[in-house]
Amino acid sequence: MNTGSANGPTGNERMLKIVCPNCGERHYTEFRYAGDATKSRPRHGSADLRAWHDHVFLFDNPKGAHREYWQHVLGCRQWLVLERDTATNTTGRSWLASEAAPP
Amino acid sequence: MTERYSALALARHAATGAPWPRVWRKAEPKPTYDVIVIGGGGHGLATAYYLAANHGVTKVAVIERGYIGSGNVGRNTTLVRSNYQMDGNTQFFEYSLKLWEGLSHALNYNVMLSQRGQIVLAHGPSQLDVLSRKGNIMRLNGIDAELLDRADIMRLLPYLDYSAGTRFPIHGGLLQRRAGTARHDAVAWGYARAADRLGVDIVEHCEVTGFISVGNRITGVRTSRGDIHAERTAISVAGHSSHIAAMAGLRLPIESHLLQAFVTEPIKPFVDHVISFGAELFYISQSDKGGLVFGGHIDGFNSYTQRGQFPKIQAVAECAVALIPSMSRLRLLRHWAGIQDMTPDGSPFIGRTPRDNLYFNGGWCYQGFKATPATGWCFAHTIARGEEHALVRHLALDRFERGNGHDEYGLGQWTYRQ
Ligand SMILES: Cc1cc2nc3c(=O)[nH]c(=O)nc-3n(C[C@H](O)[C@H](O)[C@H](O)COP(=O)(O)OP(=O)(O)OC[C@H]3O[C@@H](n4cnc5c(N)ncnc54)[C@H](O)[C@@H]3O)c2cc1C
Ligand SMILES: [Zn+2]
Repeated sequence: MNTGSANGPTGNERMLKIVCPNCGERHYTEFRYAGDATKSRPRHGSADLRAWHDHVFLFDNPKGAHREYWQHVLGCRQWLVLERDTATNTTGRSWLASEAAPP
Repeated sequence: MTERYSALALARHAATGAPWPRVWRKAEPKPTYDVIVIGGGGHGLATAYYLAANHGVTKVAVIERGYIGSGNVGRNTTLVRSNYQMDGNTQFFEYSLKLWEGLSHALNYNVMLSQRGQIVLAHGPSQLDVLSRKGNIMRLNGIDAELLDRADIMRLLPYLDYSAGTRFPIHGGLLQRRAGTARHDAVAWGYARAADRLGVDIVEHCEVTGFISVGNRITGVRTSRGDIHAERTAISVAGHSSHIAAMAGLRLPIESHLLQAFVTEPIKPFVDHVISFGAELFYISQSDKGGLVFGGHIDGFNSYTQRGQFPKIQAVAECAVALIPSMSRLRLLRHWAGIQDMTPDGSPFIGRTPRDNLYFNGGWCYQGFKATPATGWCFAHTIARGEEHALVRHLALDRFERGNGHDEYGLGQWTYRQ
């Protein structure tokens, strides 16, 4: 396994792998990406158009730490939250989206 | 001052052996400018050139973090075309193509525009209906478009897969003869040189790290080489749009994604046109060096790594072989990625921002290279006049607030599906 060099990619940058809490480490092509998981949807029935606009159309799009949704479509089909650094693709923790973030 | 390129200059240098001068000066940042353009990609350089050439604004600095050509302007697949169908896009991209047609002369630099024609394929009657509608819209706008049937395509592109069992049979296509390719590096170098000749400072290896402001007004930038002040500041950093805008307190309708491109080993002239597959996002052309250059979709999740994922190689190779079976015998020479600024409707932004004297251009998705001349033209106008050029009024940063999304492909508001 490539461990990276001064100017080359690290192993994680080479091939994105995601740990599904149910199925273990899998290639990212088994998953469907679904965007920023830190956004919270305005309440149903909310008439605050600004809040809806910001929710649907604006992105933090950080260069660095990102929390995002993936669905394991070719596995257990569960939704999970993954921590990933968008500048390096290094992945961190992952947990089921139906559960609270681990401490 | 760099000298003008001409046959005479060529003969003189050949006869005397005198070295050619630097193509542009190595400028040191000055303390103040009229306009700072952040980002020395094709768009930033074109903007600086038209600020000087069209508006007489010559106290301009282009601030580039790396070297000229290191961003997407040097990474794209070089397609230029104007076959759009939404009002606003149609006129803008045709204006751009017209500028392309005179660009080598205007810049005194050969951008190697090759109007070899682009053929978009249809794989069934309904898809051909959609293409004929697009062709009609183009022709109503005075843009060339020709509908092709299967026999036409067999004559023009004899090497495609016409076998009976093929998954996506070729039914017809739409040809824009004036579409084609241009040499991407030459576009960057040509604009850089032409802007430099008009007095623009091109400052390389200088990273913008923040903004200087007085109240709501942006008055300059902080950089790795010190503070630089300016009357007006323009952001044109493609994949880094959100990153830079955040330094001015702005959140954008943009996500940064990876787009890869691929080139095979060089072969003799084979693919004479630009061809777009109709069953997937896949397009191919042949470079002057002989390599087949092709690309497909973005990788699908936001990233600033500038390094593509392997499965995309398989995806595009499958498209390539489905379309041109003989390509299975070719070896891939290189693949690379650029950071692409994706928007919720697939259309870009050019215009003013909520911060006074700060202008923004970005969100070009797959289409920023062909847009380079018109973006520079319209963005320069917007900065010089403080008001958007008529051709880009539909590209306002706040268009979603007003329900005016501009979705050419009708895909919904997912940046990663555009
Ligand atoms: C693989 C690929 C294929 C493509 N194919 C096509 C195509 O066939 N046709 C087409 O029309 N379009 C295509 N595109 C899109 C097109 O390349 C881009 O939309 C366009 O180049 C973006 O504008 P630019 O040239 O100014 O960007 P860039 O060249 O990326 O310029 C932005 C510059 O900003 C600089 N910058 C970033 N941060 C800072 C900072 N903090 N301080 C100073 N400078 C900074 C960067 O270093 C960079 O040089 C493609 C893109 C990719 C990635
Ligand atoms: Zn799973």
